[in-house]
Formats: sequence, C-alpha cells, structure tokens
Amino acid sequence: MNPVLEVVLRSVSVLAVFLVLPLVVGQTEHKVMAHMQGRLGPMYAGGFHGWAQLVADAAKFIQKEDITPRAADRWVFKLAPAVALVPYLVALAVIPISPTLVGADVDAGVLFVLAASAVGILGLLMGGWASANKYALLGGMRAAAQLLSYELPLVLSVASVALAAGTLSLSGIVDAWHPLWLLWQFPGAMVFFVAAVAELQRGPFDMPIADSEIVMGPFTEYTGLRFAFFLLSEYAGIVVMSLLFTVLFLGGWHGAFSDSLGPVWTLAKSAVISVVIIWMRVSWPRLREDQLQRLAWLVLVPVALVQLAMTAVWVVLSSR
Amino acid sequence: MTCTSPRTYPAPEPLKPLTRLTGVNPYLTVGGVVIAGALLFVAAMAARRLVAPQAPTAMKLTTYECGVDPVGEGWAQTNVRYFLYAFLYVIFAVDAVYLFPWATVIRSADLGMASLAEMGIFIGVVLVGLAHAARRGLMRWL
Repeated sequence: MNPVLEVVLRSVSVLAVFLVLPLVVGQTEHKVMAHMQGRLGPMYAGGFHGWAQLVADAAKFIQKEDITPRAADRWVFKLAPAVALVPYLVALAVIPISPTLVGADVDAGVLFVLAASAVGILGLLMGGWASANKYALLGGMRAAAQLLSYELPLVLSVASVALAAGTLSLSGIVDAWHPLWLLWQFPGAMVFFVAAVAELQRGPFDMPIADSEIVMGPFTEYTGLRFAFFLLSEYAGIVVMSLLFTVLFLGGWHGAFSDSLGPVWTLAKSAVISVVIIWMRVSWPRLREDQLQRLAWLVLVPVALVQLAMTAVWVVLSSR
Repeated sequence: MTCTSPRTYPAPEPLKPLTRLTGVNPYLTVGGVVIAGALLFVAAMAARRLVAPQAPTAMKLTTYECGVDPVGEGWAQTNVRYFLYAFLYVIFAVDAVYLFPWATVIRSADLGMASLAEMGIFIGVVLVGLAHAARRGLMRWL
C-alpha cells in the first residue's frame, strides 16, 4: 500500500476510535451512576434510553459562547484544552487491541505510552495558571502535585511488568503473559489501578476539581466547547487507562478462541475495568489532599517497589 | 545451581525491526495521529466560530469569584509544600527510567545476578532517602 495513504488511513481510524469509545464510556457512566443511585439517567435524547445524550451535549456545547476572561493569559488559556486532549489520542494509537490491530506498533510501546499520557497534565497546569483565577490556580497546583506523586507508582508497576516479560513492546508483553501473572503481578496491578484512577483525577481522587471546595478547579473559567474538550479528555483517559491495564495485567487478547475473538476479549476486559472505575466514583467519598499524598508515597510506592523486587528476583532465579 | 521453576524463560529475542507489521515506520503514523488531533481541535473551534454567539460584555469577562468582584489578582502565592513533592518526584523518576533498559537484559546469563544486586543497592539508596524524608515530617501535609 502507498505509505502516505496508509499513514492517513491509520491516523483517521485511530481518530474515529478515539471519538467513539469515550462517548460509549460517558454514556455508560450516565447509566451506571444513575442506576447505582436509584434513578434513570438520561431517557429522552435519541429515543432508546437516551443513547444520544452525549451527541446532544456536544451540539449544545458547540453553540455556547466561548469566553476568555479579560485577566487571563489568552493564548495559553485557549490552547490548554488541546494540550489536555491530544496526548490521550497519541497514547491510544500505540496500544494494541490484537496482534495485528494497532495504530502504530512502536517498539518501546511501554515507555511511549507512559510518556505520551503524562503530557496531558501540562494542559491542566496551563489552564489552571492561565485562568488568573484563585480557584483555578489552586486546582492546577493540586493537579500537578497529584499527578507527580501518582506517576511514580504507575511507572514502577509498569516497570515490574516489563521485567516479567523481558520486553518493552506492548504486544510483546501480551505475548509473554501467562494466567499465573494474575497472582504474581497482583500487588503491582492494584498499584497501577489506583494510580491510574488518581492520574485521571476521578473520584475518590478528584481533589483538583473538587466542586464543593474550589468550584471546578482548573476548568472554572472555561465555557462551551473548550470545557467540553476537557470533559472529553477525562473519558478518553478512562479508555486509555482501561486498555493499558488490560494489555499489561489481564493478558489483552488471551482468552477462549483468541485467534478469532482476540479484539473482543481486549475490549470486553477493558469495558469491565471502565465500569469498575465508574463504580469507584459512585462508592467512595473524596480523599483529603494530605491523605492523598500519604497514600501515594507511603503505601503505593513501597508496595510497587516490593513488587519490583519480587519480579526481579524470580526472573533472575528462574532464568539461571 | 538447580532451580525448580514452573516455566523456563527463553533468551530475550533481538529487537525486531521497526517495520514488522506494515510497510511504514510506526513513528510516521504517530506523527499522523498528532496532526489528526490538532486538526480535530482546529475544526471544532472553526465550527464553534460559525454557530456560537459572540457578545462579550465587561461583566462576562470578569474573573469568577463566587459572584463578588475579584479581590487582587488570581496569580496568588502558593504554599511551598507542593514544590517538595516535585523534588521527590524528580529523584524517583530518574531512578525509574533506569529500570526500563534493565528489563531487556535481566535474563542474560552474565548480567542477571550482578544487575539484580546493583539495582537493589541503587533503589535501596533512594529508599533510605525517602524514609529519611518521611521521618523528618516531609510527608505530613500540615
């Protein structure tokens, strides 16, 4: 195939997936939260159980006036939503759904996906700083401190998986995966999951946007479509983190009839993880800022290091 | 030494060439995806420009502060405790970067045991630092 055409096709396919999956997760959140709280959720848009609610929301957002406060740092303020959203798109491009179904099969995929998804935090910091608003600044500071602290256990638990597989390629890790890893890598998986939810700043880790304390954190001054981009990046983040958890810890496309049903397995496993992430938000109250930092440094980092030691010692002893 | 292991690990395969599944370098596709993301943002903003109203007033453009006139400016001083976590992070992040190349050589017969001991010492030194920081009260928020 013509290489230019292939690059264009791949990019457009990744973009299409990126625009569909977050909406599915968003609609699932509407419905799962509603039923857990004994209500119906959206029921009118589109007819069947309000399936088109998010499409209607997008149509609403695009018609709203876009306001940039007079005191704001104009260009940084306007650019921040894109900086928050695009890194998740790039991260999604390198995660394999099946051995052949992957946007860009990068060799050191593990490093790439961590690096790409960590750029999104800059968007939050930019928004929080450029708004010239006290709540936004506090929210941006909280977001920075939280993302820095939780990036570390995330990286350490991923390093443990890379050690276990002996490769930095995401599809290589799935190839090396064995059901016993569910036990062997269990502490690391738990650390990764908690740190991922904290990276996404979802309940119970939503201090940066704590609506009862600091209005809406870094998003306080945003309106219309730019605000919608921040919302979309949150759901895109859930998609990326669920897929990543599936690929690293749950064996991706491994399962019954994985030759033909591989992609279905990957998507089904990530769907379950997404629902658990939504479930956590409904079930637990928000942590306090100091509890959050203690959890990261005094629980997650030590557990991740113990996991790392377990993995390394086992690998060295068994490969002698 | 005999070791009863349930699995025997094969020697790590040499890195496969970049073009193993397709004809194009995957990083070209990554570049294409970045451009697609930028185009998405630009297109969405252009569409908004077409359909959204533009009627700014002085009140609308005022900084939000719960309905009262804003006091002072928004770029206020912030507590230095945020800064300490950034320091801790930088130390550990540099540490973590060295873990990834280790993953590709840990199974080699002549490096495995030695690298295990070396990484143990390396991480141990940083851990002592973290324990010291915790003991001196750096992990207490207030």
